[in-house]
Amino acid sequence: MSARGNVLAARGSVWRPVVARISWQRLLLLLFVAAFFAYLFGPLIIMTVTAFNSADYPRVTPWDCFTTQWFGRFGRDSLLLAGLANSFFIGLGVVLLSLPIGLAAAIALSEVGERARSLLYTVFIVPILLPGIVIGIATLLFWGRIAGSFGLGHDTLLYNGIFLTILGQVCFISSYSMLIFLARIQRFDPTQTEAALDLGATPGQAFRKVLLPFLKPAIGSAAVLAFLASVENYNTTVFTIVSESTFTTVLASKVRFGIDPTISAIAVIIITTTLVAAIIQEARQRRLAARRREALAGVAAGAGAAAVMAGPTGRLLSHPASVAVLLLAVVGGLVWAGSRYDSSACQDALLQQKLQRQQELLEQQRQRMQQQAPAQPAPVPSGAAPKPASPFGGVFAPNNLGLSAPGGAVPAPAPPGAAPKPASPFGNAFAPDNLGLSAPGGATAPKIEPGAPAAPADPAPATQ
Amino acid sequence: MSRDVTLEHVTIRFGSHTAVDDAHLTIRSGEFFSFLGPSGCGKTTLLRCVSGFLEPTEGRVLIGGEDMRGVGPNRRPTALIFQNLALFPLMSVAENIAFALEVRGVGRQARRKRAVELLELIALPHVGDKKVYELSGGQRQRVAIARALAAEPQILLLDEPLSALDLKLRQHMRSELRAIQRRVGLTFIYITHDQGEALTMSDRVAVMSEGRIEQVDEPLAVYDHPKTSFVASFVGETNVLPATVTGRDGTDVTLQTDGGLIVQGFAVGRRQYRAGERCQVFVRPEQIKVAPPEPGPNRLAARVLAEEFEGNLRHVSLAVGGSVGGSGGAPAVGALAVGGQPLRMSVVNDGSLPPLQPDAALTVTFDPSVASVLPEGPLARA
Ligand SMILES: Nc1ncnc2c1ncn2[C@@H]1O[C@H](COP(=O)(O)OP(=O)(O)O)[C@@H](O)[C@H]1O
Ligand SMILES: [Mg+2]
Repeated sequence: MSARGNVLAARGSVWRPVVARISWQRLLLLLFVAAFFAYLFGPLIIMTVTAFNSADYPRVTPWDCFTTQWFGRFGRDSLLLAGLANSFFIGLGVVLLSLPIGLAAAIALSEVGERARSLLYTVFIVPILLPGIVIGIATLLFWGRIAGSFGLGHDTLLYNGIFLTILGQVCFISSYSMLIFLARIQRFDPTQTEAALDLGATPGQAFRKVLLPFLKPAIGSAAVLAFLASVENYNTTVFTIVSESTFTTVLASKVRFGIDPTISAIAVIIITTTLVAAIIQEARQRRLAARRREALAGVAAGAGAAAVMAGPTGRLLSHPASVAVLLLAVVGGLVWAGSRYDSSACQDALLQQKLQRQQELLEQQRQRMQQQAPAQPAPVPSGAAPKPASPFGGVFAPNNLGLSAPGGAVPAPAPPGAAPKPASPFGNAFAPDNLGLSAPGGATAPKIEPGAPAAPADPAPATQ
Repeated sequence: MSRDVTLEHVTIRFGSHTAVDDAHLTIRSGEFFSFLGPSGCGKTTLLRCVSGFLEPTEGRVLIGGEDMRGVGPNRRPTALIFQNLALFPLMSVAENIAFALEVRGVGRQARRKRAVELLELIALPHVGDKKVYELSGGQRQRVAIARALAAEPQILLLDEPLSALDLKLRQHMRSELRAIQRRVGLTFIYITHDQGEALTMSDRVAVMSEGRIEQVDEPLAVYDHPKTSFVASFVGETNVLPATVTGRDGTDVTLQTDGGLIVQGFAVGRRQYRAGERCQVFVRPEQIKVAPPEPGPNRLAARVLAEEFEGNLRHVSLAVGGSVGGSGGAPAVGALAVGGQPLRMSVVNDGSLPPLQPDAALTVTFDPSVASVLPEGPLARA
């Protein structure tokens, strides 16, 4: 008894710290983190998966065939490609204009006095706070008015959608870049500029040789951010683009007519590009940090400490250039493999399967009709015509194709030889959206009929 | 070429605040000149005015006899070593040093050569290709000097360049700086709040307080013959005795301290004191000695409060109660006659003074010629 108690006590003391370690707080935290990441990445993962499903609508289940056809379709979509090219040029123009404007604003803010600064800051930040639609319409009206007052025709620059879009986007994107520059400039030691001046540099030289190199990382981030903000912009662009089109406006008009997985394919391309760029950037950052650490270690402990760093192989592998080459090779290989992959065999097979199912169902129906026909006269001699029409006719009625016709359950005196619930299971199989479903009714053994191949001609329109 | 700097009644104001108040002096060519004063007294402001980052509100700055008004920092023959050095972190050491040449359009080859020469001068021949952050504090210090020298200035301005270094390095860099100055023969204007730096390196020192220049003199004169209460109390350790004048004979002044002691001192600047005038007497701790048996002036009865031992020196805190032969007798412990402060005495640790027990009574004295009598004025904060 006492021995047992001791054992329990001992066990308790062993378990207590473990229990304490996975306290409910930690559990909640873990749950939160999991939920957070699911929320962040769930949609992206699903989007990525749908890009490789051959189904006409972007979806994960039911899975039809692995395919790369949507990438090909994107590559052949001339509207999208033209829009993409326009977006690219607009993005380039926006970067070239909004960076100098944002930089000038940031420098101005860092130079003026305390009171003027808060006022100026508010002015500079207003375009971000304004709805994009307002900026779009305002840009259109403003430049239209200017063009009008100069008597310029509709074929001039001021009526050109790409030019107007650049102007409209620069309005608020230069505010973004100003914020980035401002954050960096606030860490700039102004005595650096003074030192340059003191050493004989002109203000221009001090700017070019001291401030600008310091701002280089901010210029990079501002350029990337400005470009991305420009490419993804819709609210302003949809007004300023006039008769032209950009990537986003083409996508938006496509969505109006229903989407297909081409959009997923585009998403996959964008995600991959971002990932590759981010990884290369990370490799660069690490290299810089390592170099700095190495140098500092060298100062602290003499030259010997530098040798502690990784060997030449590790160094070569972690070099951003080799990381870039590796990643690009992997992506290139995947693209090459994907472009050679042909899913038509699988898709043909799937189509065959569906047609066969259809055939079978038709067959079953025909049999049932034949079975029911002789039984009918006995129970209901006069009302024969309306009754049978309800269970089967519902299936074929164009409006009810997807419905599990309630009529199927109605005929209580159903023939004993027929399937227990005939109408409801196979009724779904004909719905155009669900053609890919392995219908539950498929449990009935498929009868391979010689006449089957001839069937495609008839239900073909249903698949498209 | 003339390298002298003249400040003509220079006043610099920021709004209502006067940072520099009527600075008027000439710094001679080739001189190592220091401005010494506590933090916030306007030293940096004055230096920025000489280098051209600030224009004086009133007065003129002349360099080599030329009025510098309207001449920007990049066109003045000065180079400033900033308080934080302001080396360019993105450039190598050699690029930093050659910056002044680069902006003047000197070719790469010539720049490289000059950088090597200057690195030799500052005794760091092998750091040219390193980045600034790879250097130690003292090395950065020297690189900043080399970078400034590359601009071939006639006047080098240094704003507390040693304040970021640790004590050992600071002392080493003092002699280093002085040696560099002798080698290049430029006018150095040096700013510091550290009197040790100012006194050891400078040819002349200007002591500043709250924007005003209190005294311009050679280091020894500043120490031995302070002209204001502020200078006396700021430069070096000293005992301050608030007192009232009781009599005068030429420059010899007789006073009664607020603690009731009768002491004699000398009137700084041959000032004519009247009886009853308030003043302050300053005596350095090392000028206070254990009195010999024979009679003389300024014999004070004292009691030992505490003793601090500092290797070569012994610092003794004393309570003084009366002039021996005057009210007489050793003072009670705690009777502090010296402006509420104990009298401090520093003795060289050469074995001449036996160990002192707390509470021991002894008689101390100081020569009237080392007791500076100055009109009552603001003191430097401890
Ligand atoms: N740009 C400025 N605007 C307003 N006040 C200033 C400015 N620069 C310095 N001051 C003021 O002038 C005084 C002297 O400053 P400074 O010359 O930096 O002192 P020091 O270098 O002797 O420590 C300080 O009280 C400081 O607050
Ligand atoms: Mg200062």
